[in-house]
Amino acid sequence: MLIPGVCAVIAVIVPSVLIHFSVIDAYTAQILTLSGINAIMALSVNIICGITGQLSLGQAGFMAIGAYSTILLTANAHLPLAVSIILAGFVTAFFGFLIGFPTLKLEGDYLAIVTLGFGEIIRVVLVNMKKWTGGPNGKQFPTILTLNPAVAYLVIIGTLALLIILVQNFVRSTYGRAVLAVREDEIAANSTGISVFRYKMLGFVIASFVAGIGGALYAPFIGFVKPEQASFTKSIDYLIFVVFGGMGSTTGSVIAAFVLTYLQEFLRFLQNYRLLIYPVILILVMIFRPQGFLGMKEFSFVNTFDRIASRISHKKTEATEEPNV
Amino acid sequence: MNTGSIFLQQLINGLSLGSIYALIALGYTMVYGIVKLINFAHGDVMMMGAYAGYFTLVAMGTTVSGSVRVTTISLLLAFLAAMIACALLALLIERFAYRPLRNAPRLNSLITAIAVELILQNTMRVLPFVGPDPRQFPTMVTKSFSLGPIAVSNIQLIVILSSALLMIALNYIVNKTRTGKAMQAVSFDLQAASLMGISVDRTIAITFVIGSVLAGAGGVLYATAYPQIDPVMGYMPGLKAFIAAVLGGIGSIPGAMLGGVILGIAETLTKGFLSSQYADAISFSILIIILLVKPAGIFGKNETVKV
Amino acid sequence: MSDEKRLVLQATDVSIVFGGLCAVSEFSCELREGELIGLIGPNGAGKTTLFNMFSGIYTPTSGQISFWDRNDDVHIINKMNPAQLNKLGIARTFQNIRLFGNLSVSDNVRIALHNLRTVAPADVLLRTPRFRRDEKMMTEKAQELLQLFKIDNKRNELAKNLPYGEQRKLEIVRALASNPKLLLLDEPAAGMNPQETEELMNMIGFIRKEFHLTILLIEHDMKLVMGICERIMVLDYGRIIASGKPEEIKSNPQVIKAYLGSEAV
Repeated sequence: MLIPGVCAVIAVIVPSVLIHFSVIDAYTAQILTLSGINAIMALSVNIICGITGQLSLGQAGFMAIGAYSTILLTANAHLPLAVSIILAGFVTAFFGFLIGFPTLKLEGDYLAIVTLGFGEIIRVVLVNMKKWTGGPNGKQFPTILTLNPAVAYLVIIGTLALLIILVQNFVRSTYGRAVLAVREDEIAANSTGISVFRYKMLGFVIASFVAGIGGALYAPFIGFVKPEQASFTKSIDYLIFVVFGGMGSTTGSVIAAFVLTYLQEFLRFLQNYRLLIYPVILILVMIFRPQGFLGMKEFSFVNTFDRIASRISHKKTEATEEPNV
Repeated sequence: MNTGSIFLQQLINGLSLGSIYALIALGYTMVYGIVKLINFAHGDVMMMGAYAGYFTLVAMGTTVSGSVRVTTISLLLAFLAAMIACALLALLIERFAYRPLRNAPRLNSLITAIAVELILQNTMRVLPFVGPDPRQFPTMVTKSFSLGPIAVSNIQLIVILSSALLMIALNYIVNKTRTGKAMQAVSFDLQAASLMGISVDRTIAITFVIGSVLAGAGGVLYATAYPQIDPVMGYMPGLKAFIAAVLGGIGSIPGAMLGGVILGIAETLTKGFLSSQYADAISFSILIIILLVKPAGIFGKNETVKV
Repeated sequence: MSDEKRLVLQATDVSIVFGGLCAVSEFSCELREGELIGLIGPNGAGKTTLFNMFSGIYTPTSGQISFWDRNDDVHIINKMNPAQLNKLGIARTFQNIRLFGNLSVSDNVRIALHNLRTVAPADVLLRTPRFRRDEKMMTEKAQELLQLFKIDNKRNELAKNLPYGEQRKLEIVRALASNPKLLLLDEPAAGMNPQETEELMNMIGFIRKEFHLTILLIEHDMKLVMGICERIMVLDYGRIIASGKPEEIKSNPQVIKAYLGSEAV
């Protein structure tokens, strides 16, 4: 835990300080922080699609639940922002549990369609519950995160780092292996003592929790949220990060989120043509590199550190074998 | 007007809308049946059909004053243009976007379908002579016929009758021609069909073409009934038609027809008796309920996995 | 003699009907501790369907299946699902190998040890000492088994990259890791050459000696079946047509007729 922890702390604190002293300008800070939110969403999609193997096209719906919950908890229930954000995650997880129960009994394409449907239903409900949600115009929610780029970076990238560590800890454990077994072969997993439905639910609920946190950070950062945030289009955006990065790879998903968010900003000068280039690139990747950038490979801080360390200190003797923990 | 006649009126409206959904749903169901792909771009093929029809009508009927007159001939030609344009589009998309991914995991094809959808929508938005703004689709003079307490417009009649004709034609093709039999064979077992000497590539291409031709016609009909077109007009009807296909049993042709009609009627009844805001939510809820209760749909078969 | 051995599984008039087709019809048998029993019959006779009922994938339409767990408590297992049965003590392999392809060999085995865990999710997230102990325990147990079957040198390889014969072996090792009382092997010799089949026969004999369990084996390879099974049941069109020692089965006219047709008798 020490090595990744140290790296995480550096990656979170140093740029935040730099932003505070305007060494990194506000615009770059904005992109980095937005990438952070996108990375959290990519993490969520990767958990349910990549790690649990269930094609859910409605993660944006959970993000919206998280966003609106934060606003309602802060503005209406007058809870402090930090508490609202964490609670919003759990509220979303609860919805994940409710929605997962009937949905996860379905397979493949049908599951994709139902999750798509739920995402859209959430959107329609948000549009129609004007009293609580502000209707189709959404709700304004300016906070310290909207106004202070350094704090925004610190909080969001910090949360991202924490979530990555927790997710990796989960995956590299017996629980993670059980979920992966369900992904690999449900029938074999079932026959090996893994209760398939229970572990599908576990993956689904964790993914919805993460998406809820993503939304809960999104609203205070951007300063407002609209029902469109729950739409199918947004779910696909986050799915694309994971497909590019490698379905099943946490590292890949996070990197892809940063790269693609930056790319979308960078291509802004192409204006509307940007909207054409992006899907064309998507098709090309699907045809020529379908497994994405990293496939299922994962970057391990511990393994890399050990490899470097052993190369330095054991130049003459054989390197000792480490178990894959 | 009493509730009974309102109900019957909405029924007719629903039948009209439902016929259009059915036409588009057929494309979804046929493509899914043959290559197990949910062609998310299908709704946008319908949009392209609408635009093809639009440009034809404008080219043929623009009067000196700038307004567009619609005649029977120009409408027929609009249909033709839409169907031909969509057929060509289908061939292109199938050949360059879907065929390379035929053996890829489902997720990849799904994403490609979404990419194609984005390309179609955004191409129309950037094309200088199209653009993102909505346009008024030229309509013919509306005439209303009364059948007892209910009124049917000539447009509704055209919609219902043309849809019925196209569906009868489709039924004939699928069940009575060699091409149709080939389509059925490939949808049952691709490898066995190819071993029997059926050209799988050609059969799949034809399936896409037929589905898109129906969608193109559907696009013109939709635009005739709801005369505002824009590059994203295909999203909602496409989604609803997809729900209709699932409702009827995805892969089943009679299912798509029935599902379309049921969904159209459900939508108009909701708009008429409850609230138009919730009409969309009702459609999605139907989807969810069907998938939870009987995922195979009305006419679908439950597939069991052999262990 | 066999009456002294305790019952492990008992099927009484088990039938299953799919649509209009009766796949297994009034099947009865008794499996006792330590036995090695073969289940043979022409293709489509219902052997795998029977396995699927014993392992919880299918529910019989009629009849009863009883299983005695590790504490010798009896359960009626008709409606139990595979995960429950695995916890009770039934493990199986599959006709078409079902490994966790993208996971390592070691992981494949460790997954079967999941139900031995003492950690809660919180331990896992916070990497407590209990987590480290559990991981150590599972890794060592998996290592023991892999070493016993001589595939421990490949423990970090992805399961899908193993050669066919080793994949079959791994599937059996994984089944053994869940400490079963009854092991169901579905055509373990499928696709093997004579040398590999010989090794497999030795392996099954070894398992029977070392692990004190009951083995029920579906096979088409008659040399293997006749060579190691002490008792054989023959299925044809869902019904049991013969049951007894290998010598009896070999010369049974019904069995010959089922496999080769009536002219051969």
